[in-house]
Amino acid sequence: MPAVLIEDVHKRFGSLEVLKGVSLSVEPGQVIAIIGRSGSGKSTLLRCINGLETFHAGKIEVAGHTMTQDPKKLRELRKDVGIVFQSYNLFPHLTVGQNIMLSPRITKNVPDAEALALAKDVLAQVGLSEKFDSYPDNLSGGQQQRVAIARSLAMQPKVMLFDEVTSALDPELTGEVLIVMEKLAKAGMTMLLVTHEMNFARTVADTTVFMHQGKIWEQGPSKELFANPQTPELSNFVRAGASH
Amino acid sequence: MLFQDVFSRWPMILNGVGLTIALSFIAIVLGLVLATGMTALRSLAGSWAGYIVDAYVELMRNTPFLVQLFMIFFGLPQIGIRLNGLEASILAMTLNLAAYATEIIRAGVDSIHRSQIEAGLALAMSRWQVLKHVVLQPAFARVWPALSSQFVLMMLASSICSFVSVQELSGTAAIIEQDTFRSFETYIVVTVIYLVLALSLKLFLNWLGHRLFPQVSGLARLTEAHGEAA
Amino acid sequence: MQTFGWPEALFILRSAGWTLALTAIAFFIGGALGGVLAIMRLSRSKWLSRFASGYILVIQSIPVLMVLFMSYYGLSALGIELPPFLAASASLSIYVSAYLAEIWRGSIESVPRQQWEASSSLALTTAQQYRYIILPQAVRISLPPTVGFLVQLVKNTSIVQVVGFVDLMRAGMLVNNATYQAFQIFTLVGAIYFAICFPLSRLSRHLEKVMNASRSH
Repeated sequence: MPAVLIEDVHKRFGSLEVLKGVSLSVEPGQVIAIIGRSGSGKSTLLRCINGLETFHAGKIEVAGHTMTQDPKKLRELRKDVGIVFQSYNLFPHLTVGQNIMLSPRITKNVPDAEALALAKDVLAQVGLSEKFDSYPDNLSGGQQQRVAIARSLAMQPKVMLFDEVTSALDPELTGEVLIVMEKLAKAGMTMLLVTHEMNFARTVADTTVFMHQGKIWEQGPSKELFANPQTPELSNFVRAGASH
Repeated sequence: MLFQDVFSRWPMILNGVGLTIALSFIAIVLGLVLATGMTALRSLAGSWAGYIVDAYVELMRNTPFLVQLFMIFFGLPQIGIRLNGLEASILAMTLNLAAYATEIIRAGVDSIHRSQIEAGLALAMSRWQVLKHVVLQPAFARVWPALSSQFVLMMLASSICSFVSVQELSGTAAIIEQDTFRSFETYIVVTVIYLVLALSLKLFLNWLGHRLFPQVSGLARLTEAHGEAA
Repeated sequence: MQTFGWPEALFILRSAGWTLALTAIAFFIGGALGGVLAIMRLSRSKWLSRFASGYILVIQSIPVLMVLFMSYYGLSALGIELPPFLAASASLSIYVSAYLAEIWRGSIESVPRQQWEASSSLALTTAQQYRYIILPQAVRISLPPTVGFLVQLVKNTSIVQVVGFVDLMRAGMLVNNATYQAFQIFTLVGAIYFAICFPLSRLSRHLEKVMNASRSH
């Protein structure tokens, strides 16, 4: 059974159709990079996968859950699907440790001692053990994003979504985040990432999907896709150097 | 419930409505002129004038309107200034509104960047022209919503003037209530009239804002259009 | 004729206690009501939201004096007798609820949308989102305007003297009726109101500065 199955998804914002029938299947352990220009619908597609956006037609199944608007079922789905945002979105009034432990405690009823051990473990995975008691405002952007990844990991998700997670970072800080993501990929996490980091997509993602005008324009094994674009749109995009 | 007794006194009610509107209108116009004067005084004259304006604003904003009204109506005669209820009300409302308006307009003026003034002077405008076109006009435009809600609050507060026997709307209500013993009906009718007055005043001030400061509404539309992007 | 001396001044000063008590009661009852209204106003249910905005609009568009008259004279005509202190507390609470609801709605709405997204992605329920994520941040944002509104409330308690409740204002009027030394009396009354309100105004402004500083770093 695929970890993520997207079938003929359509989505409109008003009269503007942003997804025009997208289908995609992701196997467990696969890493999929989604690339494309701004407005190609890539972020919208990613946000549909954990229900942050609704869609008008089609079907999405993820980690054994069928996408639904029912709040209770949607919460069950979200326990298995992590997402990391471009703007980190840490909770500014909570310490790093509290950010990480909050949801496991209150949505999965993980006992306090276990939540603490879990938080220390995921924080170690992103290399920020010493920041447990810091507040997000006192961390650099790169550190905040690594904490956001740890926060998602603490939910022990089956699938993780990354929405342009390095786009808000200064170039010298993107590296530390990409290293954490690469480690995750090697550990077998199922990952979908919308990204502008073409180099990362080519080397880490098994498959790269190029979206254009609300459709999957081209997809294939990352190295081949970048080496031999089949469509003029992709080859223009690759040549333009991945600027948005 | 019998509203008949209340409605049959409609000429009196109408009179009260007229007086409430007149009081509010006069206080708003005079208060605004006074506030503009104080704002200008604060920015143009020496710092002692600024301190006096500041002290005045703080004093008025941190004491109840009713105390101010009583000070004028009952207190001033003791030093030889005798005003009737209507005069005292107009004076109290004007002085009160002026303090709030000064504070609001100051926030607007403070939001005008220095470079705007420099640009105006560089374009050979006089100081007065800069004050009018570059400072006051955009400042008023920016704070018009805040001023508008202060005007509505003042209109509602004018009901307090009934305490010095002014027969505005709530004063009229007290008389009708005493005549008819229909308290609930009287106050329901008068409350609904206040509601209509307040909502009409809000709509009117909104319309006036769009007429006086078309650039602001244009700006609002512009930011709205850019607000939501996928 | 009685003159305005120390006993009268002390009587006025003591009555300020009732003004403070009335302020506190109206603030807590009105605040509780206002909190519920704010969340109703933001609810996804159209009816709850409409009811709350209708209530807020109406109360903000009528004089507090009318709310007071309705709950004192109006209800007594219908056979429901409220003692002055209760009528005063009830009407001021109604007034407070509408204004605080509006202030707090604004505070809740100024918590960035992304905080809702991030917490819902972590499978929190709406109630959990409010409790753990949104309200702690909204309370911080709401502090300066809430303290600022407290000043308005203290001043507005002065109108309840009309139903015979002896607060600071009423005490001043009683002494005035006995001594006719209005200038001195209302100077004292005004000074006491000022002594309560001015520190609150400064606190509100100080809190606002602190917030602005922490936001821009």
